[in-house]
Amino acid sequence: MIDHKFIGYRQPPFDAEVEKGRLRLFAKAIGETDPIYSDERAARAAGHPSLPVPPTFLFCLEMERADPYDWFRDLGIPLGQVLHGEQSFTYHRTAYAGETLTFRAELLDIYEKKNGALQFLVQRNFVTDADGQAVAEFDRTIVIRWA
Amino acid sequence: MNSKTLPSFDSIAVGDELPSLAMPPVTRHTLAIYCGASGDHNPVHVDSDFAKASGLDDVIAHGMLVMAYSGRVLTQWVPQSAIRQFQTRFMAMTRIGDAITARARVIEKRETDAERCVLVEISTANQHGEVKTTGTALIALA
Repeated sequence: MIDHKFIGYRQPPFDAEVEKGRLRLFAKAIGETDPIYSDERAARAAGHPSLPVPPTFLFCLEMERADPYDWFRDLGIPLGQVLHGEQSFTYHRTAYAGETLTFRAELLDIYEKKNGALQFLVQRNFVTDADGQAVAEFDRTIVIRWA
Repeated sequence: MNSKTLPSFDSIAVGDELPSLAMPPVTRHTLAIYCGASGDHNPVHVDSDFAKASGLDDVIAHGMLVMAYSGRVLTQWVPQSAIRQFQTRFMAMTRIGDAITARARVIEKRETDAERCVLVEISTANQHGEVKTTGTALIALA
């Protein structure tokens, strides 16, 4: 069981650069057909400064950390028993290729279900831009199967 | 789909369906590309030996790939800047051969302090009707 003392646990801030090549590969990976996500000319023609970061890609940028699972180790979370339970995003604006975004992750909550057979951890990432302005927050709920 | 125009709040009714998105079956190739593109290199998605050692029959898709399909239902309907919130619950594992269809419909019209929004319910399922994800999105309309 993960001790509730870890509620509030924070990871060091992390900066990720939004690269056009990665966005193009991501567009291919999800079968995206709208050219604004892969063709910069199309993006500009639609009024965007560059390729937009699609809605779920912020989650991927956060995984650019040297070891995105390092906090699992710090807390003693067994990777093989973990499921992704829920994911949510709150957006303040669209981010674009060429930006450097800062991610600050904090463990919001830990709770149990089924007499502790399942443990739920809710991690929130605060995403800010180079000026320190909020871009988005996103919450990842992971489920640990202890039994 | 190319540049979209924002539907007017008044033109939308609760129960309206958004255009759905039908994807081809998930292959190992799909997952290999998503592994590299997403940066999620968890071997359970691409290495069948690892997956079997973890007690699974075979590799499973990244949940976030299926959420990305849900996101496409939103961005093919409205400009992305209209999306205020987007939430997904992962209900079942997606496996090789699953052809995912994402569907969405308006379940609520909501006028907040400064904005008029619609709440959209989004779900994904495979070709056998097995639900993979359920979720909602809050969309600001003109």
